[in-house]
Amino acid sequence: MIYEVFRQEREGQPFQHGGSLEAPDLAFAEAYAREFYGRRNESVALWIVPREAVREVDDPYVADVFDRDYRRVDGYSIKVKLKEARELAAKSAGAPSADESRPHSDAESG
Amino acid sequence: MNEAELQAYLQDGGQVETGDPMPEAYRKALIKFIEMHGNSELMGVLPEREWILRAPTLQRKLALTSKVQDEVGHAQLIYRVVEDLGKPREACLDDLVAGKTKFHNVFHYPTKTWGDVGVIAWLVDAAAIISQKALLKCSYAPYARIMKKICWEESFHILHGRDVVLAMMTGTEEQRELVQEALDRWWGPLMQFHGNPIPADDDPMFQWRIKSQANEDARQQFLDGYVPQVWELGLTLPDPALRKGEDGVWEYTEPDWDELKHVVTGHGPATERRLGFRRMSREETAWVRRAVLAPAA
Amino acid sequence: MSDRSTAERLLELADDELLIGWRNSEWTGIAPFLEEDVAFSSIAQGEIGHARAFYELAAQELGTDADTLAFDREPEEYRSAPLVELRLVPDWARTIARHWLYETADAIRVTALEESSSSEVAGLAAKIEREEAYHRMHADMWAERLRESAERKRFEAAVEELWPYSLGILPDSQREEFRATVGETLGLPLPDAEPFERGVHTDDFFPLWEEMTSVRRSVAGASW
Repeated sequence: MIYEVFRQEREGQPFQHGGSLEAPDLAFAEAYAREFYGRRNESVALWIVPREAVREVDDPYVADVFDRDYRRVDGYSIKVKLKEARELAAKSAGAPSADESRPHSDAESG
Repeated sequence: MNEAELQAYLQDGGQVETGDPMPEAYRKALIKFIEMHGNSELMGVLPEREWILRAPTLQRKLALTSKVQDEVGHAQLIYRVVEDLGKPREACLDDLVAGKTKFHNVFHYPTKTWGDVGVIAWLVDAAAIISQKALLKCSYAPYARIMKKICWEESFHILHGRDVVLAMMTGTEEQRELVQEALDRWWGPLMQFHGNPIPADDDPMFQWRIKSQANEDARQQFLDGYVPQVWELGLTLPDPALRKGEDGVWEYTEPDWDELKHVVTGHGPATERRLGFRRMSREETAWVRRAVLAPAA
Repeated sequence: MSDRSTAERLLELADDELLIGWRNSEWTGIAPFLEEDVAFSSIAQGEIGHARAFYELAAQELGTDADTLAFDREPEEYRSAPLVELRLVPDWARTIARHWLYETADAIRVTALEESSSSEVAGLAAKIEREEAYHRMHADMWAERLRESAERKRFEAAVEELWPYSLGILPDSQREEFRATVGETLGLPLPDAEPFERGVHTDDFFPLWEEMTSVRRSVAGASW
């Protein structure tokens, strides 16, 4: 029986595929996975999955017949709208341009 | 993709994954190349395993056992790749013990003293790591990926080998002689290790970008990295022509390519004994595989 | 640690671990399949590591070092139990039977050692036990697997054959517990044979000693 082994190199990191091995059952697979992917302390955690349980998806694209630009960065024109909004706000407050004094975030401006 | 299109795609840096459709010619070339690598790891275990039992200190015994363990692990990783390409591990081992497939030249030679243990772990592994590092760029991605783990582990072996050699070189006159004598015997096979310089255009392994490092480039890299390390210990190499030219290219006496061919086709001094030993131990343990690995009825 | 010297008792433990490790490392490269090869090699390394730790403790008392104790004694000075001396490659059934019997006995021995009046010995035993737990898991897994396979008889015959040898690992006081544990797992009556005691080497020991010490003896007094 073939088992796929996934390993985590450090806490908090994503699991990555390490490789596969042959074992009589899950208990052996666990012992062997520990030997193959942990004997030099190169992993902090392992996942073992029987190969048949892994479903492979070859074309991981969701049909995109109509434009779904709202799922992408280029679907948003934050910059232009932000400029307009800031100008409007400045005008109504009657204050001079507050570029330096007022906190604002450009994080979403793409 | 047809063959020509795939070759163009691969030459452009494209890679292939396990489940991807591939032309039969590419699959066959992959199996041939990778299977020989797996065979070499597995047969490479035998010359060193004898010395686990004779290691002269507990630390050396542990280090050597661990090195041989790594090589067995590499054979496992590599045969798994071959298996996913369509040739089961058992079929690989059947062909190996029947002498139908090849393994690297250096593993056809006997080991005679503890000096061999140092020279093999240091220089044979150094030569091997040069080829294996180049394979990190192989067009077949699952093979390229395992090479990362393999190269990482090989780096420990070189350390172990160099340490064994240094301990002997700083020891008694007899110990220094053991190293020199081993080096003299291994130099020929080491110079043949990377193969004769064949034009890349003629080599299907290059066309499919299974390999991308020319044999002579690998040898030059080996000489450049290790000859100075050998010489600085006061050791000599049995080739009067060996020198680094002004252009930075190493010059050497033409290696014995007939010997290489003769040896890798199964006629090395230890070939028959090693294959026989592997055949015997495989037969003796066949019942275990039948009993525990066979799919549940 | 009864009335015998601590060093003497430590040497028994160290010699057992060295020799079982040596014997198990004979499988490196030729185990039944590659995954098991890697696993069994780790067990051999674990045992050699434990031997070294025991030798180091004994060496403190005897004013020498671990390698000298491991390699430079005459054959008759080794205190190993006959069980660990036997050459069993390439017989996997007997190898697993010995592995399982040895680990089962060793667990009893190491647990007792954790109660030692010497804090150094007790500390070392506790440290070793953490690794032995993995060895035992591996041994139990294999013993169970073989007992449930079509090769059950082969395994049971091997256990029966090695049983009198395995008794020799433990002092008299620990043998009843050992017999009960093994008997319970196997569900078989264990033969009432005469134990093979320490002090008389098996024929297999001498070639092992020759090979193990050959490099070391080849250049007297050298460092390696």
